Amino acid sequence: MERRPKLIPSLATVLAPAHQAYLLQARQMQALSFAVHIPLVCFGIALPMLVLFVEARFLRTGDELYRTLARRWSRVMLALFAVGVVTGTILSFEMGLLWPNFTATFGSVFGLGFAIEGFSFFTEAIFIGIYIYGWSRLSPRAHFLSGLPVVVAGFTGSLTVIAVNAWMNHPSGFRLQGGRPVDIDPLAALFGNSYLWHELIHMYIAGYIVVGFLLASWYALGRLRGRWGRYERTALIIPLTVAALAAPVQVLVGDWAARDVATTQPVKLAAIEGLAHTTRGASEHVLGWYTDGQVKYGIAIPKLLSLLAFHNPNAAVKGLDTVPASRQPPVNVVRVAFQTMIGIGTLLALLGVFFVAVRWRRGRPPESIWFYRAVILAGPLSVVALIAGWVTTEVGRQPWVVYHVMLTAQAVTAARGIPVGYATLVIVYLTLATATAWILRRLSRMPLAEVKKAVV
Amino acid sequence: MHLYDVPMIFILGGLVLYVVLGGADYGAGFWQLAAGRGEGADELRDHAHHSMGPVWEANHVWLIFVLTVLWTAYPVAFGSTASTLELPLFAAAIGIVFRGAAYALRSAASNPRELHVIESITGVSSIITPFSLGLVVGAIAARRVPVGNASGSLISSWLSPVPVVIGVLAVAVSAYLAAVYLAADAARHDIPGLEGQMRTRGVGAGLVAGAMAAVGLIVVSSDDHRLFSALTSGVPLVVVICSALAGLATLGLLVARHYEASRYTAAAAVAAVIAAWGLAQEPVILPGLTLAQAAAPHDVLVAVTVAVLAGAVLLFPSLGLLFRLFLGGALGEPAAPPQSRATEPAPGSAPRGGLAPGLLARLAGACLIAGIGLLNLADAPLAHVIGVPCLLAFIVLAFGALFPAGATWAAAGDD
Repeated sequence: MERRPKLIPSLATVLAPAHQAYLLQARQMQALSFAVHIPLVCFGIALPMLVLFVEARFLRTGDELYRTLARRWSRVMLALFAVGVVTGTILSFEMGLLWPNFTATFGSVFGLGFAIEGFSFFTEAIFIGIYIYGWSRLSPRAHFLSGLPVVVAGFTGSLTVIAVNAWMNHPSGFRLQGGRPVDIDPLAALFGNSYLWHELIHMYIAGYIVVGFLLASWYALGRLRGRWGRYERTALIIPLTVAALAAPVQVLVGDWAARDVATTQPVKLAAIEGLAHTTRGASEHVLGWYTDGQVKYGIAIPKLLSLLAFHNPNAAVKGLDTVPASRQPPVNVVRVAFQTMIGIGTLLALLGVFFVAVRWRRGRPPESIWFYRAVILAGPLSVVALIAGWVTTEVGRQPWVVYHVMLTAQAVTAARGIPVGYATLVIVYLTLATATAWILRRLSRMPLAEVKKAVV
Repeated sequence: MHLYDVPMIFILGGLVLYVVLGGADYGAGFWQLAAGRGEGADELRDHAHHSMGPVWEANHVWLIFVLTVLWTAYPVAFGSTASTLELPLFAAAIGIVFRGAAYALRSAASNPRELHVIESITGVSSIITPFSLGLVVGAIAARRVPVGNASGSLISSWLSPVPVVIGVLAVAVSAYLAAVYLAADAARHDIPGLEGQMRTRGVGAGLVAGAMAAVGLIVVSSDDHRLFSALTSGVPLVVVICSALAGLATLGLLVARHYEASRYTAAAAVAAVIAAWGLAQEPVILPGLTLAQAAAPHDVLVAVTVAVLAGAVLLFPSLGLLFRLFLGGALGEPAAPPQSRATEPAPGSAPRGGLAPGLLARLAGACLIAGIGLLNLADAPLAHVIGVPCLLAFIVLAFGALFPAGATWAAAGDD
């Protein structure tokens, strides 16, 4: 019994929509803020689990190496969590500063997701404080246990925020009456939404891939520079194994996500594939550029799109022309972002399979210098894939902020000053990125002996 | 009381906690900036940092809580306020970024020059943020935020006497709370010099904050007579008087060196100011918009109320644990060497446990095949529900197979 709003005619707004000359800049500002925040979210998802895993190894074996490693990573975790708190705060401000009409109209439908997320955030903040500052004061067992809520909150936090995003992509749980949502069932809207699950699993696994490869990347770089003791090898192998196993699984989860998009957001799929007209037995185009209603310079693989999207080589795939041009997303942005994600994701999966195969057959990691060079690249590339994936889904949703219910142009603020705010924010984020890089560098250079006894 | 009042009580409660906890953090930043130079000043700055360290993040989540409940329960009020007051809100956001960045940077700084720069950033952002948020509260209290998408003046809605006074009051209150808490911490850690310094500052800042509150009342009386008469009659008046009494009590307790009690009276004085504002403004949230009109539909209010109460059941014990450990000295500055109460078996003698790698690998393979079949080949949602856990189980099992318990992890030519 999904309460789904009917398509278009009663476009929703509560506050008067205004003409905003800088709509595109407002969208870019939001996109920039997401792109800064999302990699930090990955660390919130995956790093606590890795730290706790290493600490569990310490508790089990008594090997100081694991404890040192857990302490060093936990300091990275704290620093990145602090940065994530502020970038997340910016995002919640932007909900009102940039899109007041979106929140004013639909806050009561989706807002509960963020309210619940607030409690996850609290749990994370409280127990991260106890965990980090309790290293030398709590008993080893109590200390380990104090980290568990951080892992759980990392999951529930992503669950609730992604529930909001899934709702924007596939809105339900309300009816529109005179441009206002009525009969609101916020729980159904957020958690009774079939679109939520693939997004959540896709992002959760992405968190492990990004963090796994980024950490591995750092220690692989160290190996090329001659830092290759037992400590460094352990620090490389653990995250690399996690990422190497997660990357191929992500390909499978991605396939599921794409099939969900094909049925719930056919226009987004058409933009992803550059499919102008509804086609039976549609071809998949690898690479290329969409222009004049077709993909040029791409490699066409006949019937593959129909097969992938609907498990039937002759299935009809809806084209962009099923909606007017003003209701289509910018095709090449979506397409290039998607192909970037797929390309990088495939390479990461291959790297992962290679590593796991060698590790399993020979009982040791690969020794080739080229493998470590590839690992160095894998870290930053995984971040690119992460952001490209979010660009695909968020730009692919345009011009809607709430799919087929509210246009982004109706949601935007009427206030002036967006370009100034945008420029300021760019400077602020550059400063923040520099500061974060400086912190991580400092933490990495702290001698091991100091890590053992340091309290933040 | 109606159901539509309940989320506003949560919001004001969250705001009180943000001011008495997060505000004190900004106040600590203020004192770091105001400490000047010299050895005593460095001591003060270190103390301020260590006193706030473990609780910093939790304190700042209160603001997020306030915002999310506001936009869920009173969406139109939130959208109208955020669009009209974009400048002070943006300034507050920038201030928060720098405050957070400075907090993270502080732990990585190694020499006095770096510390000095970082503490200056902390200090400046600790003034900008409460001031800007004070402007926002002041603009709402002074009825300068009309309903609509940026319908109010983008400048004069906050650049007027009441908001500015509230902004300054917010800075003064932060400094006051921080001084009281820092004095109490110094007394507990037995640092007499610092204790005296913070006590003096606490008394001074308390007087300034009290004076600003009085100035605020005078400005309100000429600017917005309705708010003034609401504040000076009935229940709000009683609450205002309670606030003044709590403030005076704090000064007395500080002078008498009853620090622990002064923490609570100081917080109570601030909480009473916020409560008086809420009561005086009730039932109007923005001009022409009552709380009843602004509130989300009934079902949403029920859901928010249940969610917040359920969250509180988890939150307050956790928060209690954090503060108990923190105030009890279990967190923070190092004292005893790391306890290794765990029985530490010699490396290499670790117990082997769990399943054999070969079996784990076969199980992992089975999960992978089942996962692909159920998630990627089948189309039924139920198949997907089983397929996803299969794939996640594959990751966990394969990890276990590659690293059996007790094995040497860095097998890569382990010397």
